Amino acid sequence: MDLKDLYRDVILDHNRRPRNFGRIEGAARHAEGHNPLCGDHLTVSVTLDGERIEDVRFEGKGCAISTASASLMTEAVKGKERATVRALFDKVHSLLTRADAAPDASLGKLAALSGVREFPARVKCASLCWHTLNAALESGTAMITTE
Amino acid sequence: MAANPSVAAPAPTYDVERVRRDFPILSTMVNGRPLVYLDSAASSQRPLAVLRAVEQYETHSHANVHRGVHALSQAATAAYEGARERVRRFINARSTREIIFVRGTTEGINLVAQAYGRERFRPGDEILISALEHHANIVPWQMLCAQTGCTLKVAPINRRGELELEEFMKLLGPRTRLVALAHVSNALGTVLPVKRLIEAAHAHGAVVLVDGAQAVPHSHVDVRALGADFYTFSGHKLYGPTGIGVLYGREELLAAMPPWQGGGDMILTVSFEKSTYNELPWKFEAGTPNMSGAVGLAAAMDYLESLGIEALAAHEQRLLQLATQELSEMPDLELIGTAAHKASVLSFTMKGVHPHDLGTVLDAEGVAVRTGHHCAMPVMTFFGVPATARASFGCYNTEADVASLVAALQKARAVFA
Repeated sequence: MDLKDLYRDVILDHNRRPRNFGRIEGAARHAEGHNPLCGDHLTVSVTLDGERIEDVRFEGKGCAISTASASLMTEAVKGKERATVRALFDKVHSLLTRADAAPDASLGKLAALSGVREFPARVKCASLCWHTLNAALESGTAMITTE
Repeated sequence: MAANPSVAAPAPTYDVERVRRDFPILSTMVNGRPLVYLDSAASSQRPLAVLRAVEQYETHSHANVHRGVHALSQAATAAYEGARERVRRFINARSTREIIFVRGTTEGINLVAQAYGRERFRPGDEILISALEHHANIVPWQMLCAQTGCTLKVAPINRRGELELEEFMKLLGPRTRLVALAHVSNALGTVLPVKRLIEAAHAHGAVVLVDGAQAVPHSHVDVRALGADFYTFSGHKLYGPTGIGVLYGREELLAAMPPWQGGGDMILTVSFEKSTYNELPWKFEAGTPNMSGAVGLAAAMDYLESLGIEALAAHEQRLLQLATQELSEMPDLELIGTAAHKASVLSFTMKGVHPHDLGTVLDAEGVAVRTGHHCAMPVMTFFGVPATARASFGCYNTEADVASLVAALQKARAVFA
Protein backbone atom coordinates (compact mmCIF):
# COMPACT_ATOMS: atom_id res chain seq x y z
CA MET A 1 0.00 0.00 0.00
CA ASP A 2 1.55 3.23 -1.14
CA LEU A 3 -0.07 6.58 -0.43
CA LYS A 4 1.38 7.91 -3.68
CA ASP A 5 -0.89 5.49 -5.56
CA LEU A 6 -3.90 7.05 -3.90
CA TYR A 7 -2.93 10.70 -3.72
CA ARG A 8 -1.48 11.14 -7.22
CA ASP A 9 -0.58 14.60 -8.40
CA VAL A 10 -3.70 14.80 -10.58
CA ILE A 11 -5.89 14.00 -7.56
CA LEU A 12 -4.13 16.49 -5.31
CA ASP A 13 -4.40 19.16 -8.00
CA HIS A 14 -8.13 18.63 -8.55
CA ASN A 15 -8.67 18.59 -4.79
CA ARG A 16 -6.84 21.90 -4.40
CA ARG A 17 -8.48 23.53 -7.43
CA PRO A 18 -11.72 21.70 -8.21
CA ARG A 19 -12.99 22.32 -11.77
CA ASN A 20 -16.63 23.11 -12.55
CA PHE A 21 -17.29 23.83 -8.91
CA GLY A 22 -20.63 25.45 -8.17
CA ARG A 23 -24.25 25.13 -9.11
CA ILE A 24 -26.01 25.77 -12.40
CA GLU A 25 -28.83 28.08 -11.42
CA GLY A 26 -32.15 26.83 -12.65
CA ALA A 27 -30.80 23.51 -13.94
CA ALA A 28 -33.68 21.09 -14.38
CA ARG A 29 -31.53 18.17 -13.40
CA HIS A 30 -29.70 17.94 -10.14
CA ALA A 31 -29.14 15.38 -7.43
CA GLU A 32 -27.65 15.26 -3.97
CA GLY A 33 -25.22 12.60 -2.88
CA HIS A 34 -24.46 11.79 0.71
CA ASN A 35 -21.97 9.47 2.38
CA PRO A 36 -23.15 9.14 5.98
CA LEU A 37 -19.97 7.32 6.98
CA CYS A 38 -17.75 10.37 6.55
CA GLY A 39 -20.24 13.20 6.18
CA ASP A 40 -19.40 13.84 2.53
CA HIS A 41 -22.13 15.70 0.78
CA LEU A 42 -22.29 16.91 -2.81
CA THR A 43 -24.74 18.26 -5.33
CA VAL A 44 -24.43 17.66 -9.07
CA SER A 45 -26.38 19.83 -11.49
CA VAL A 46 -26.65 19.16 -15.22
CA THR A 47 -28.10 20.86 -18.27
CA LEU A 48 -28.77 18.81 -21.41
CA ASP A 49 -28.86 19.78 -25.04
CA GLY A 50 -30.87 16.89 -26.41
CA GLU A 51 -28.87 13.81 -25.43
CA ARG A 52 -25.68 15.75 -24.90
CA ILE A 53 -24.48 17.04 -21.53
CA GLU A 54 -24.22 20.74 -22.17
CA ASP A 55 -22.97 21.78 -18.74
CA VAL A 56 -22.28 20.04 -15.45
CA ARG A 57 -21.14 21.37 -12.10
CA PHE A 58 -20.76 20.06 -8.58
CA GLU A 59 -20.51 21.56 -5.15
CA GLY A 60 -20.22 20.24 -1.66
CA LYS A 61 -17.80 19.25 1.04
CA GLY A 62 -15.79 16.11 0.94
CA CYS A 63 -12.42 14.46 1.23
CA ALA A 64 -9.68 14.78 -1.38
CA ILE A 65 -10.77 11.63 -3.19
CA SER A 66 -14.40 12.66 -3.31
CA THR A 67 -13.64 16.21 -4.44
CA ALA A 68 -11.05 15.21 -7.05
CA SER A 69 -13.22 12.44 -8.41
CA ALA A 70 -16.16 14.83 -8.86
CA SER A 71 -13.94 17.43 -10.48
CA LEU A 72 -12.40 14.89 -12.88
CA MET A 73 -15.86 13.54 -13.65
CA THR A 74 -17.24 16.93 -14.66
CA GLU A 75 -14.32 17.45 -17.04
CA ALA A 76 -14.75 13.98 -18.50
CA VAL A 77 -18.49 14.13 -19.17
CA LYS A 78 -19.04 17.70 -20.29
CA GLY A 79 -20.10 17.74 -23.95
CA LYS A 80 -20.54 13.95 -24.07
CA GLU A 81 -23.65 12.05 -25.13
CA ARG A 82 -25.58 10.37 -22.31
CA ALA A 83 -24.89 6.91 -23.74
CA THR A 84 -21.16 7.63 -23.70
CA VAL A 85 -21.41 8.80 -20.09
CA ARG A 86 -23.17 5.60 -19.10
CA ALA A 87 -20.38 3.55 -20.66
CA LEU A 88 -17.81 5.69 -18.89
CA PHE A 89 -19.63 5.18 -15.57
CA ASP A 90 -19.26 1.40 -16.01
CA LYS A 91 -15.57 1.71 -16.80
CA VAL A 92 -14.94 3.91 -13.76
CA HIS A 93 -16.85 1.45 -11.60
CA SER A 94 -14.64 -1.40 -12.81
CA LEU A 95 -11.56 0.72 -12.33
CA LEU A 96 -12.51 1.37 -8.70
CA THR A 97 -13.53 -2.12 -7.75
CA ARG A 98 -11.84 -4.73 -9.95
CA ALA A 99 -8.25 -5.64 -9.33
CA ASP A 100 -7.92 -6.99 -12.89
CA ALA A 101 -9.38 -3.95 -14.65
CA ALA A 102 -7.13 -3.17 -17.59
CA PRO A 103 -6.33 0.49 -18.14
CA ASP A 104 -8.65 1.88 -20.80
CA ALA A 105 -7.43 4.70 -22.99
CA SER A 106 -10.91 6.25 -23.07
CA LEU A 107 -10.63 6.96 -19.32
CA GLY A 108 -8.06 9.69 -19.86
CA LYS A 109 -7.27 11.52 -16.61
CA LEU A 110 -9.83 9.40 -14.76
CA ALA A 111 -7.21 6.63 -14.76
CA ALA A 112 -5.62 8.53 -11.87
CA LEU A 113 -8.31 6.99 -9.69
CA SER A 114 -6.97 3.46 -10.21
CA GLY A 115 -5.07 3.59 -6.89
CA VAL A 116 -8.31 3.91 -4.94
CA ARG A 117 -9.10 0.20 -5.25
CA GLU A 118 -6.14 -0.59 -2.98
CA PHE A 119 -7.99 1.35 -0.26
CA PRO A 120 -11.39 -0.38 0.03
CA ALA A 121 -12.60 2.07 2.69
CA ARG A 122 -12.24 4.87 0.16
CA VAL A 123 -14.00 3.43 -2.91
CA LYS A 124 -17.30 5.01 -1.94
CA CYS A 125 -15.61 8.41 -1.74
CA ALA A 126 -14.65 8.14 -5.40
CA SER A 127 -17.90 6.64 -6.65
CA LEU A 128 -20.33 8.97 -4.85
CA CYS A 129 -20.21 11.68 -7.54
CA TRP A 130 -20.84 9.16 -10.32
CA HIS A 131 -23.90 7.72 -8.59
CA THR A 132 -25.11 11.25 -8.01
CA LEU A 133 -24.62 12.23 -11.65
CA ASN A 134 -26.43 9.07 -12.68
CA ALA A 135 -29.33 9.94 -10.40
CA ALA A 136 -29.48 13.47 -11.83
CA LEU A 137 -29.54 12.10 -15.39
CA GLU A 138 -32.02 9.31 -14.74
CA SER A 139 -34.61 10.91 -12.54
CA GLY A 140 -34.25 14.63 -12.81
CA THR A 141 -33.88 15.31 -9.10
CA ALA A 142 -32.96 12.86 -6.42
CA MET A 143 -31.18 12.27 -3.17
CA ILE A 144 -28.85 9.32 -3.11
CA THR A 145 -26.64 7.84 -0.45
CA THR A 146 -23.72 5.43 -0.37
CA GLU A 147 -25.36 3.36 2.35
CA MET B 1 6.27 6.34 56.57
CA ALA B 2 7.96 9.39 55.09
CA ALA B 3 10.40 11.11 57.42
CA ASN B 4 9.37 14.48 56.11
CA PRO B 5 5.62 14.77 55.63
CA SER B 6 6.00 17.86 53.42
CA VAL B 7 7.72 15.77 50.74
CA ALA B 8 5.09 14.61 48.28
CA ALA B 9 4.71 10.89 47.82
CA PRO B 10 6.19 9.71 44.51
CA ALA B 11 3.71 9.40 41.66
CA PRO B 12 2.19 5.92 41.61
CA THR B 13 4.26 3.70 39.41
CA TYR B 14 2.61 2.61 36.23
CA ASP B 15 4.61 0.20 34.13
CA VAL B 16 3.12 0.70 30.69
CA GLU B 17 5.58 -1.70 29.02
CA ARG B 18 4.37 -4.46 31.31
CA VAL B 19 0.77 -3.53 30.50
CA ARG B 20 1.53 -3.67 26.77
CA ARG B 21 2.76 -7.25 27.10
CA ASP B 22 -0.73 -8.17 28.31
CA PHE B 23 -2.26 -7.17 24.95
CA PRO B 24 -1.15 -9.55 22.19
CA ILE B 25 -2.81 -7.50 19.44
CA LEU B 26 -0.40 -4.63 20.04
CA SER B 27 2.36 -6.58 18.30
CA THR B 28 0.36 -6.50 15.04
CA MET B 29 2.07 -4.87 12.06
CA VAL B 30 -0.14 -2.51 10.04
CA ASN B 31 1.01 -1.61 6.55
CA GLY B 32 4.48 -2.78 7.49
CA ARG B 33 4.62 -0.65 10.62
CA PRO B 34 4.01 -1.42 14.27
CA LEU B 35 0.42 -0.70 15.23
CA VAL B 36 -0.16 2.54 17.13
CA TYR B 37 -3.67 2.04 18.46
CA LEU B 38 -5.33 5.35 19.29
CA ASP B 39 -8.95 4.30 18.92
CA SER B 40 -9.81 2.87 22.33
CA ALA B 41 -12.77 5.25 22.67
CA ALA B 42 -14.38 3.34 19.79
CA SER B 43 -13.36 -0.07 21.12
CA SER B 44 -10.50 -0.97 23.39
CA GLN B 45 -8.31 -4.04 22.97
CA ARG B 46 -8.51 -7.03 25.31
CA PRO B 47 -5.80 -8.24 27.64
CA LEU B 48 -4.80 -11.91 27.84
CA ALA B 49 -6.64 -12.14 31.16
CA VAL B 50 -9.93 -11.46 29.37
CA LEU B 51 -9.16 -13.71 26.40
CA ARG B 52 -8.22 -16.55 28.77
CA ALA B 53 -11.26 -16.11 31.00
CA VAL B 54 -13.53 -16.38 27.95
CA GLU B 55 -11.61 -19.40 26.67
CA GLN B 56 -11.73 -21.03 30.10
CA TYR B 57 -15.49 -20.54 30.28
CA GLU B 58 -16.06 -21.86 26.75
CA THR B 59 -13.71 -24.80 27.28
CA HIS B 60 -14.81 -25.94 30.71
CA SER B 61 -18.02 -24.32 31.93
CA HIS B 62 -20.46 -23.69 29.12
CA ALA B 63 -24.09 -24.79 29.15
CA ASN B 64 -27.30 -22.81 29.42
CA VAL B 65 -27.84 -20.86 32.61
CA HIS B 66 -30.66 -21.11 35.18
CA ARG B 67 -32.06 -24.15 33.41
CA GLY B 68 -30.41 -27.38 34.27
CA VAL B 69 -29.55 -29.49 37.26
CA HIS B 70 -26.54 -30.91 35.46
CA ALA B 71 -23.02 -29.92 36.41
CA LEU B 72 -22.22 -27.70 33.45
CA SER B 73 -25.43 -25.72 33.71
CA GLN B 74 -24.62 -25.07 37.33
CA ALA B 75 -21.06 -24.08 36.44
CA ALA B 76 -22.32 -21.70 33.77
CA THR B 77 -24.87 -20.19 36.14
CA ALA B 78 -22.21 -19.73 38.81
CA ALA B 79 -19.89 -18.04 36.29
CA TYR B 80 -22.61 -15.75 34.97
CA GLU B 81 -24.01 -14.77 38.36
CA GLY B 82 -20.47 -14.44 39.69
CA ALA B 83 -19.83 -11.90 36.93
CA ARG B 84 -22.90 -9.98 38.05
CA GLU B 85 -21.52 -9.76 41.57
CA ARG B 86 -18.18 -8.60 40.12
CA VAL B 87 -19.97 -5.78 38.27
CA ARG B 88 -21.86 -4.82 41.42
CA ARG B 89 -18.61 -4.37 43.32
CA PHE B 90 -17.01 -2.49 40.41
CA ILE B 91 -19.65 0.25 40.45
CA ASN B 92 -20.60 -0.11 44.14
CA ALA B 93 -24.25 -0.92 43.56
CA ARG B 94 -26.24 -1.99 46.61
CA SER B 95 -27.45 -5.29 45.19
CA THR B 96 -26.99 -7.62 42.22
CA ARG B 97 -30.72 -7.13 41.62
CA GLU B 98 -29.70 -3.72 40.31
CA ILE B 99 -27.32 -5.11 37.68
CA ILE B 100 -28.95 -5.96 34.34
CA PHE B 101 -26.76 -7.47 31.63
CA VAL B 102 -27.48 -5.93 28.23
CA ARG B 103 -25.74 -5.94 24.84
CA GLY B 104 -24.18 -2.57 25.48
CA THR B 105 -24.86 1.04 26.38
CA THR B 106 -27.23 1.48 23.45
CA GLU B 107 -29.43 -1.35 24.66
CA GLY B 108 -29.29 -0.05 28.24
CA ILE B 109 -30.64 3.33 27.16
CA ASN B 110 -33.32 1.81 24.94
CA LEU B 111 -34.40 -0.43 27.81
CA VAL B 112 -34.92 2.55 30.12
CA ALA B 113 -36.66 4.60 27.41
CA GLN B 114 -39.15 1.83 26.76
CA ALA B 115 -39.58 0.18 30.14
CA TYR B 116 -39.40 3.33 32.27
CA GLY B 117 -40.75 6.02 29.96
CA ARG B 118 -43.28 4.47 27.65
CA GLU B 119 -46.07 3.86 30.15
CA ARG B 120 -45.27 6.84 32.37
CA PHE B 121 -44.69 9.81 30.13
CA ARG B 122 -47.49 12.01 28.85
CA PRO B 123 -47.74 14.91 26.41
CA GLY B 124 -46.19 17.95 28.09
CA ASP B 125 -43.61 15.88 29.99
CA GLU B 126 -40.02 16.74 29.18
CA ILE B 127 -36.83 14.77 28.72
CA LEU B 128 -33.63 16.80 29.07
CA ILE B 129 -30.38 15.80 27.38
CA SER B 130 -27.20 17.74 26.54
CA ALA B 131 -25.89 18.88 23.17
CA LEU B 132 -22.90 16.56 23.70
CA GLU B 133 -24.76 13.30 23.47
CA HIS B 134 -23.92 10.28 21.33
CA HIS B 135 -26.73 9.29 18.94
CA ALA B 136 -27.51 6.41 21.33
CA ASN B 137 -28.54 8.96 23.94
CA ILE B 138 -30.62 11.02 21.49
CA VAL B 139 -32.52 8.70 19.19
CA PRO B 140 -34.14 6.41 21.83
CA TRP B 141 -35.60 9.55 23.46
CA GLN B 142 -36.83 10.88 20.12
CA MET B 143 -38.56 7.54 19.57
CA LEU B 144 -40.08 7.76 23.05
CA CYS B 145 -41.29 11.31 22.33
CA ALA B 146 -42.98 10.07 19.16
CA GLN B 147 -44.65 7.28 21.15
CA THR B 148 -45.80 9.29 24.16
CA GLY B 149 -46.04 12.91 23.00
CA CYS B 150 -43.43 14.08 25.48
CA THR B 151 -40.86 16.70 24.48
CA LEU B 152 -37.08 16.50 24.12
CA LYS B 153 -35.09 19.48 25.46
CA VAL B 154 -31.40 20.00 24.79
CA ALA B 155 -29.04 21.87 27.10
CA PRO B 156 -26.42 23.78 25.07
CA ILE B 157 -22.62 23.61 25.17
CA ASN B 158 -20.00 26.35 24.79
CA ARG B 159 -17.15 26.63 22.26
CA ARG B 160 -14.85 24.65 24.55
CA GLY B 161 -17.30 21.79 24.45
CA GLU B 162 -18.50 22.22 28.04
CA LEU B 163 -22.10 22.02 29.12
CA GLU B 164 -23.60 25.47 29.81
CA LEU B 165 -24.52 24.85 33.43
CA GLU B 166 -26.77 27.88 33.83
CA GLU B 167 -28.75 26.98 30.74
CA PHE B 168 -29.00 23.40 31.93
CA MET B 169 -30.38 24.55 35.28
CA LYS B 170 -32.89 26.83 33.54
CA LEU B 171 -34.19 23.95 31.44
CA LEU B 172 -34.95 21.88 34.54
CA GLY B 173 -38.50 22.38 35.67
CA PRO B 174 -41.62 20.73 37.02
CA ARG B 175 -42.23 19.07 33.65
CA THR B 176 -38.79 17.47 33.52
CA ARG B 177 -39.38 13.76 34.05
CA LEU B 178 -36.03 12.37 32.99
CA VAL B 179 -32.53 13.72 32.41
CA ALA B 180 -30.15 11.67 30.23
CA LEU B 181 -26.49 12.70 30.15
CA ALA B 182 -23.14 11.40 29.03
CA HIS B 183 -20.68 11.12 31.89
CA VAL B 184 -17.91 11.73 29.34
CA SER B 185 -18.45 12.97 25.78
CA ASN B 186 -17.29 10.39 23.24
CA ALA B 187 -16.58 12.96 20.52
CA LEU B 188 -14.78 15.60 22.62
CA GLY B 189 -13.71 13.94 25.86
CA THR B 190 -15.49 16.50 28.05
CA VAL B 191 -16.20 15.19 31.56
CA LEU B 192 -19.58 16.38 32.78
CA PRO B 193 -20.07 17.25 36.46
CA VAL B 194 -22.73 14.55 36.70
CA LYS B 195 -22.96 14.47 40.50
CA ARG B 196 -23.99 18.14 40.56
CA LEU B 197 -26.31 17.71 37.62
CA ILE B 198 -27.98 14.70 39.22
CA GLU B 199 -28.55 16.64 42.44
CA ALA B 200 -30.12 19.49 40.48
CA ALA B 201 -32.36 17.11 38.51
CA HIS B 202 -33.44 15.33 41.69
CA ALA B 203 -34.38 18.66 43.23
CA HIS B 204 -36.93 18.93 40.41
CA GLY B 205 -38.14 15.37 40.87
CA ALA B 206 -36.59 14.04 37.65
CA VAL B 207 -34.83 10.70 37.38
CA VAL B 208 -31.39 10.63 35.79
CA LEU B 209 -29.80 8.19 33.37
CA VAL B 210 -26.05 8.47 32.89
CA ASP B 211 -24.38 7.14 29.73
CA GLY B 212 -21.12 5.98 31.25
CA ALA B 213 -19.64 4.26 28.19
CA GLN B 214 -16.67 6.65 28.03
CA ALA B 215 -16.32 7.16 31.77
CA VAL B 216 -15.85 3.69 33.24
CA PRO B 217 -12.59 3.01 31.34
CA HIS B 218 -10.98 6.15 32.80
CA SER B 219 -12.22 6.61 36.34
CA HIS B 220 -13.61 4.89 39.38
CA VAL B 221 -17.40 5.11 39.11
CA ASP B 222 -19.48 4.73 42.27
CA VAL B 223 -23.13 4.82 41.24
CA ARG B 224 -24.33 5.41 44.80
CA ALA B 225 -21.90 8.28 45.43
CA LEU B 226 -23.04 9.84 42.14
CA GLY B 227 -26.68 9.32 43.03
CA ALA B 228 -27.48 8.02 39.54
CA ASP B 229 -30.88 6.42 39.03
CA PHE B 230 -29.69 4.58 35.94
CA TYR B 231 -26.08 4.13 34.81
CA THR B 232 -25.16 2.18 31.70
CA PHE B 233 -21.92 1.19 29.96
CA SER B 234 -20.40 -1.25 27.46
CA GLY B 235 -17.90 -4.04 28.01
CA HIS B 236 -15.90 -3.48 24.86
CA LYS B 237 -14.79 0.04 25.81
CA LEU B 238 -13.63 -1.34 29.16
CA TYR B 239 -11.12 -3.87 27.73
CA GLY B 240 -13.85 -6.53 27.76
CA PRO B 241 -15.76 -8.32 24.99
CA THR B 242 -18.32 -6.85 22.59
CA GLY B 243 -21.99 -7.72 22.94
CA ILE B 244 -22.03 -7.33 26.71
CA GLY B 245 -22.84 -4.26 28.75
CA VAL B 246 -24.46 -3.25 31.98
CA LEU B 247 -27.51 -1.31 32.98
CA TYR B 248 -27.52 -0.33 36.62
CA GLY B 249 -30.87 0.88 37.96
CA ARG B 250 -31.98 1.68 41.47
CA GLU B 251 -33.95 -1.32 42.69
CA GLU B 252 -37.17 0.54 43.50
CA LEU B 253 -37.25 1.97 39.96
CA LEU B 254 -36.50 -1.34 38.26
CA ALA B 255 -39.02 -3.16 40.42
CA ALA B 256 -41.79 -0.80 39.31
CA MET B 257 -40.94 -1.11 35.61
CA PRO B 258 -42.66 -3.60 33.31
CA PRO B 259 -40.44 -6.10 31.48
CA TRP B 260 -38.95 -4.86 28.22
CA GLN B 261 -38.70 -8.04 26.18
CA GLY B 262 -40.63 -11.22 26.75
CA GLY B 263 -39.26 -14.74 26.54
CA GLY B 264 -37.46 -17.42 28.46
CA ASP B 265 -35.67 -16.69 31.73
CA MET B 266 -37.71 -13.54 32.41
CA ILE B 267 -40.79 -15.46 33.56
CA LEU B 268 -41.83 -17.47 36.62
CA THR B 269 -44.87 -19.16 35.13
CA VAL B 270 -46.44 -19.15 31.69
CA SER B 271 -49.89 -20.21 30.63
CA PHE B 272 -51.88 -19.12 27.61
CA GLU B 273 -54.03 -16.96 29.87
CA LYS B 274 -51.34 -15.20 31.84
CA SER B 275 -47.65 -15.23 32.60
CA THR B 276 -45.94 -14.02 35.73
CA TYR B 277 -42.58 -12.36 35.59
CA ASN B 278 -39.35 -13.28 37.21
CA GLU B 279 -37.68 -11.19 39.89
CA LEU B 280 -34.93 -8.69 39.37
CA PRO B 281 -32.59 -8.72 37.61
CA TRP B 282 -33.78 -11.59 35.40
CA LYS B 283 -37.07 -9.83 34.62
CA PHE B 284 -35.08 -7.74 32.15
CA GLU B 285 -33.00 -10.57 30.69
CA ALA B 286 -35.24 -12.44 28.26
CA GLY B 287 -33.61 -15.27 26.37
CA THR B 288 -30.24 -16.93 26.83
CA PRO B 289 -27.82 -14.20 27.82
CA ASN B 290 -24.23 -13.59 26.76
CA MET B 291 -22.53 -15.68 29.42
CA SER B 292 -19.01 -15.70 27.99
CA GLY B 293 -19.30 -11.95 27.50
CA ALA B 294 -20.23 -11.47 31.14
CA VAL B 295 -17.32 -13.65 32.23
CA GLY B 296 -14.97 -11.64 30.00
CA LEU B 297 -16.30 -8.38 31.38
CA ALA B 298 -15.74 -9.54 34.94
CA ALA B 299 -12.16 -10.48 34.01
CA ALA B 300 -11.69 -7.02 32.48
CA MET B 301 -12.81 -5.43 35.74
CA ASP B 302 -10.36 -7.60 37.69
CA TYR B 303 -7.65 -6.58 35.25
CA LEU B 304 -8.39 -2.85 35.50
CA GLU B 305 -8.40 -2.96 39.28
CA SER B 306 -5.10 -4.86 39.23
CA LEU B 307 -3.59 -1.94 37.27
CA GLY B 308 -5.07 0.53 39.71
CA ILE B 309 -7.68 2.80 38.19
CA GLU B 310 -6.15 5.90 39.82
CA ALA B 311 -2.70 5.09 38.43
CA LEU B 312 -4.20 4.34 35.02
CA ALA B 313 -6.13 7.61 35.03
CA ALA B 314 -2.99 9.55 35.95
CA HIS B 315 -1.09 7.84 33.12
CA GLU B 316 -3.80 8.70 30.58
CA GLN B 317 -3.94 12.30 31.78
CA ARG B 318 -0.18 12.63 31.27
CA LEU B 319 -0.59 11.40 27.68
CA LEU B 320 -3.53 13.72 27.13
CA GLN B 321 -1.53 16.72 28.35
CA LEU B 322 1.47 15.78 26.23
CA ALA B 323 -0.63 15.23 23.10
CA THR B 324 -2.65 18.41 23.68
CA GLN B 325 0.55 20.40 23.97
CA GLU B 326 2.16 18.81 20.89
CA LEU B 327 -0.93 19.19 18.71
CA SER B 328 -1.52 22.77 19.89
CA GLU B 329 1.90 23.66 18.54
CA MET B 330 1.19 22.31 15.05
CA PRO B 331 0.18 24.99 12.57
CA ASP B 332 -3.15 24.45 10.80
CA LEU B 333 -4.31 22.02 13.45
CA GLU B 334 -7.39 22.86 15.46
CA LEU B 335 -8.39 21.00 18.59
CA ILE B 336 -12.15 20.50 18.81
CA GLY B 337 -13.17 20.24 22.44
CA THR B 338 -10.93 22.02 24.92
CA ALA B 339 -12.89 21.58 28.12
CA ALA B 340 -11.09 22.19 31.40
CA HIS B 341 -11.91 18.66 32.55
CA LYS B 342 -11.39 15.98 29.91
CA ALA B 343 -10.85 12.28 29.54
CA SER B 344 -8.00 11.13 27.27
CA VAL B 345 -9.74 11.92 23.98
CA LEU B 346 -8.44 14.44 21.44
CA SER B 347 -10.63 15.50 18.53
CA PHE B 348 -9.06 17.70 15.88
CA THR B 349 -9.14 18.92 12.32
CA MET B 350 -6.28 19.93 10.01
CA LYS B 351 -6.84 22.91 7.77
CA GLY B 352 -7.14 21.89 4.13
CA VAL B 353 -7.14 18.15 4.89
CA HIS B 354 -10.41 16.29 5.26
CA PRO B 355 -10.48 14.00 8.32
CA HIS B 356 -11.06 11.01 6.03
CA ASP B 357 -7.81 11.75 4.20
CA LEU B 358 -6.05 12.26 7.51
CA GLY B 359 -7.31 8.84 8.61
CA THR B 360 -5.92 7.17 5.50
CA VAL B 361 -2.51 8.84 5.75
CA LEU B 362 -2.27 7.99 9.45
CA ASP B 363 -3.28 4.39 8.74
CA ALA B 364 -0.50 4.09 6.17
CA GLU B 365 1.85 5.02 9.05
CA GLY B 366 0.28 2.36 11.28
CA VAL B 367 -1.59 4.92 13.38
CA ALA B 368 -5.24 3.99 14.00
CA VAL B 369 -7.52 6.93 14.81
CA ARG B 370 -11.24 7.34 14.39
CA THR B 371 -12.40 9.72 11.68
CA GLY B 372 -15.96 10.79 11.05
CA HIS B 373 -18.82 12.22 13.05
CA HIS B 374 -18.35 9.82 16.01
CA CYS B 375 -22.11 9.15 16.15
CA ALA B 376 -22.48 12.71 17.40
CA MET B 377 -23.64 14.64 14.35
CA PRO B 378 -25.15 17.50 16.42
CA VAL B 379 -21.72 18.07 18.03
CA MET B 380 -20.13 18.27 14.56
CA THR B 381 -22.82 20.70 13.43
CA PHE B 382 -22.23 22.88 16.49
CA PHE B 383 -18.53 23.19 15.66
CA GLY B 384 -19.25 23.66 11.95
CA VAL B 385 -17.25 20.64 10.80
CA PRO B 386 -18.50 17.59 8.86
CA ALA B 387 -16.20 15.33 10.82
CA THR B 388 -13.07 15.27 12.96
CA ALA B 389 -10.18 12.94 13.53
CA ARG B 390 -10.10 11.59 17.07
CA ALA B 391 -7.17 10.09 18.93
CA SER B 392 -8.01 8.38 22.21
CA PHE B 393 -5.58 6.96 24.75
CA GLY B 394 -6.01 3.82 26.79
CA CYS B 395 -4.06 1.89 29.38
CA TYR B 396 -1.50 0.60 26.86
CA ASN B 397 -0.60 3.87 25.10
CA THR B 398 2.78 5.49 25.51
CA GLU B 399 4.58 8.76 24.93
CA ALA B 400 6.06 7.10 21.86
CA ASP B 401 2.51 6.68 20.53
CA VAL B 402 2.00 10.43 20.88
CA ALA B 403 5.24 11.00 18.96
CA SER B 404 4.06 8.61 16.23
CA LEU B 405 0.79 10.52 15.96
CA VAL B 406 2.62 13.82 15.61
CA ALA B 407 4.99 12.40 12.99
CA ALA B 408 2.08 10.93 11.00
CA LEU B 409 0.25 14.27 11.12
CA GLN B 410 3.36 15.96 9.78
CA LYS B 411 3.38 13.39 6.97
CA ALA B 412 -0.24 14.25 6.17
CA ARG B 413 0.63 17.93 6.15
CA ALA B 414 3.39 17.19 3.62
CA VAL B 415 1.16 15.06 1.35
CA PHE B 416 -1.43 17.83 1.09
CA ALA B 417 0.95 20.81 1.18
